[in-house]
Amino acid sequence: MKVTIDNITIDVEPGTTIMQAARQIGPHIAPPAMCYYEPLKGSGGKCRGCLVKVTAGSEKDPRPMPKLVPSCITQVQEGMVVENTVNEQVLEARKGVVEFLLLNHPLDCPICDQAGECHLQDFSFEHGVSKTRTVEERNTFEPVDLGPYIKLNMNRCVLCYRCVYTADQITEGRVHGVMHRGDHAEISTYIEKAIDNDFSGNVIDVCPVGALTDKTYRFKSRVWFSKPVDASCDCGKCSGKVTLWYKGDDVIRVTARKNIWGEVTSFICNTCRFEKKKTSDWKIEGPMAVPRHSVISANKYAANKITPAFPMKQAAEQYKKIDDNRDRSFLNAPKELN
Amino acid sequence: MKILTEHIDVPGIETIDVFRKHGGYSALEKALKTMSPDEVTEEVKKSGLRGRGGAGFPVGMKWSFLAKPEGVPRYLVCNADESEPGTFKDHYLMMKSPHTLIEGMIVSSFALGANTSYIYVRGELMYVIHILEKAIQECYDKGLLGKNILGSGYDLDLFVQPGGGAYICGEETALLESLEGKRGNPRNKPPFPAVKGLWQCPTVVNNVESIAATSWIVNNGGEEYAKLGVGRSTGTKLISVSGHVRKPGVYEIPLGITVEDFIYADEWCGGIRAGHKLKAVVAGGSSVPILPAELILTTAAGEKRLMTYESLSDGGFATGTMLGSGGFVVMDETTCIVHNTLTFGRFYHHESCGQCSPCREGTGWMDKILYRIEHGQGRQEDIDLLVDVAKKIEGNTICPLGDAAAWPVAAAIRHFRDEFEWHVKHPEKATQPGAVFMREGASWTL
Ligand SMILES: Cc1cc2nc3c(=O)[nH]c(=O)nc-3n(C[C@H](O)[C@H](O)[C@H](O)COP(=O)(O)O)c2cc1C
Ligand code: SF4
Ligand code: SF4
Ligand code: FES
Repeated sequence: MKVTIDNITIDVEPGTTIMQAARQIGPHIAPPAMCYYEPLKGSGGKCRGCLVKVTAGSEKDPRPMPKLVPSCITQVQEGMVVENTVNEQVLEARKGVVEFLLLNHPLDCPICDQAGECHLQDFSFEHGVSKTRTVEERNTFEPVDLGPYIKLNMNRCVLCYRCVYTADQITEGRVHGVMHRGDHAEISTYIEKAIDNDFSGNVIDVCPVGALTDKTYRFKSRVWFSKPVDASCDCGKCSGKVTLWYKGDDVIRVTARKNIWGEVTSFICNTCRFEKKKTSDWKIEGPMAVPRHSVISANKYAANKITPAFPMKQAAEQYKKIDDNRDRSFLNAPKELN
Repeated sequence: MKILTEHIDVPGIETIDVFRKHGGYSALEKALKTMSPDEVTEEVKKSGLRGRGGAGFPVGMKWSFLAKPEGVPRYLVCNADESEPGTFKDHYLMMKSPHTLIEGMIVSSFALGANTSYIYVRGELMYVIHILEKAIQECYDKGLLGKNILGSGYDLDLFVQPGGGAYICGEETALLESLEGKRGNPRNKPPFPAVKGLWQCPTVVNNVESIAATSWIVNNGGEEYAKLGVGRSTGTKLISVSGHVRKPGVYEIPLGITVEDFIYADEWCGGIRAGHKLKAVVAGGSSVPILPAELILTTAAGEKRLMTYESLSDGGFATGTMLGSGGFVVMDETTCIVHNTLTFGRFYHHESCGQCSPCREGTGWMDKILYRIEHGQGRQEDIDLLVDVAKKIEGNTICPLGDAAAWPVAAAIRHFRDEFEWHVKHPEKATQPGAVFMREGASWTL
């Protein structure tokens, strides 16, 4: 099936979505996804960040679709023509979506564990504007402990439902969900129950923002100060394929491995995630292939430069090499530096 | 000419015996004994009956889209969730004459080949649910529901489901989710309910009034029905009138009377309450654009506006509105449009399901901005900001609630910008109790 996205034509299997087709072309064409998560059935269609313009529905019926469509759940048709970042209307709508998502989102990135691997940061960098138009007070919620390992900071939640699908699809019995409606909706457990099962920790990995965080890792480091290393172990419960995040010689965090879209490739159990924090627990495989959505890649591994699709030109004009010499302590810096 | 409400005031019409004495269940007998399901569908198609739930989609056409794979059940679901501010016609019909709906349900289910059907009733209306359940029991007792109805070989079970207590559960796919026992979140479409509806089976969702009208169509033929009304707006329509008219209430009108007649004739609303003048009308429930007096009575081209789908939407959103669900809200010169818009804005903020970001965040944002303007803390730029927020919601959401929230705000500013500006420029006057801006030279200015 032939589909054209931003003037690039590609041949895909029937049943492929526009998003999947765009991802096959490459990261510079792929629409942003705040809710869609390929490993989770039924995900997508909610955040509206991936809206695209279909300028020709198919070869048989080449009429344009009247509204923008969510690319993550819209299947391609033979001869479909799609406009992504070349369409003004699309960019305008995405600007709106970023603005909406940030409307009640605390701009607390400096103290948020997710900063640096946050899809909302990437999304607003690529599609947002630098000025805010809101003067309203933000809606706020108290942070809650969801059991021993997970902290929920509802203020940051974008209601993507990924954690809900994760709990439904990979754990035995979901005990949390979305309560209430609208912008007063919140993630909550059933009568303040703790989320407690062997695979619960995966909700942390699927959360695109810093709403669900790992209590064993909270405030330990910034993600760009840690070194990700792929490792594995013989685990009876899961694949045992993980990424270890080192600070110095210490493993400060264990996560599942993710593909370049930030999607978990193999969900891991809580024992691997929360309890094996020694190098000796693991067989080290080598440095992690850094996903697109990560500041860690910036100039660290030559092959993985951030290439934001939309503001690429803008960025190029102002591009500065990030000083990555973080091992040098400024406290004990030699005099001449001060 | 009354089709749905002809006998509605007959004492005891809620019982099956009185209902039958007035011709009730004759359509059921006719359909089951003398017609095939396709013949019933054909008559409904010929009637030109359009969905009365808001969108006005032709009922016969919707029925013909129903997928009919072998061995898969099909469902008819009646949408009786009626929660749109200004709309209370289904409530009235079901409360007074439950059998009118039930007969329509049986006839329509027969046409669609459904053996299980549901009436999803707004959860707050528990007493209406009891009325319907009693009426359904009467039908079971008389052999009009259950196995082998009237010896025709056709089986139908009919259930009443109390709604989930949210406006959004009236959106057809949210309704289906709720009916399945889940949170009432609208589904992304496609797939449409006609292909994958209740329990992922082909399903038709129709409004109470749409379904109730099918019995008359079976009895009298689609062509007779199509003779009523004007053009593509055939038949009669229940209009629920509230606001500053002399006689608010529910009226069954033949589509095609003029808006002027409807508001001023004694047969209908009887005019604006004494000593006051018409300022604005929301013609089809809170979601449709508000129109000022001049534009609701005549189109921009100067023709008298009619109570039809086409005439009310004449001029598009620039100068027109929609017939919608028939929730007709009339406002006189004492009404502050900003306050009214805030009331609607607050409603949509409260009722957004929160799945998609433009509606979830946008409705809350508009509410907060409107609240500030109404309370004397508006800024000049807030007015254009509202218009832009509305624009960024419209068309970008999963279900039409986003549009429904955006339209009233955009329309109020389109037609009454001076009132918003007055609030911003003169907060000390605008926040006085009962203060209303009087536009110089407007037809409603006293
Ligand atoms: C937010 C929202 C609320 C709705 N509420 C109702 C309702 O209460 N009753 C109704 O009949 N239709 C309602 N609708 C329209 C339904 O989705 C659907 O179009 C209708 O039930 C189809 O019936 P009809 O074709 O007979 O009009 C609503 C739609 C939206 C978007
Ligand atoms: S907590 Fe995270 S994963 Fe769950 S809905 Fe909110 S943003 Fe999505
Ligand atoms: S438009 Fe509003 S009500 Fe409809 S699905 Fe989106 S958030 Fe829910
Ligand atoms: S990624 Fe498609 S709507 Fe969220």
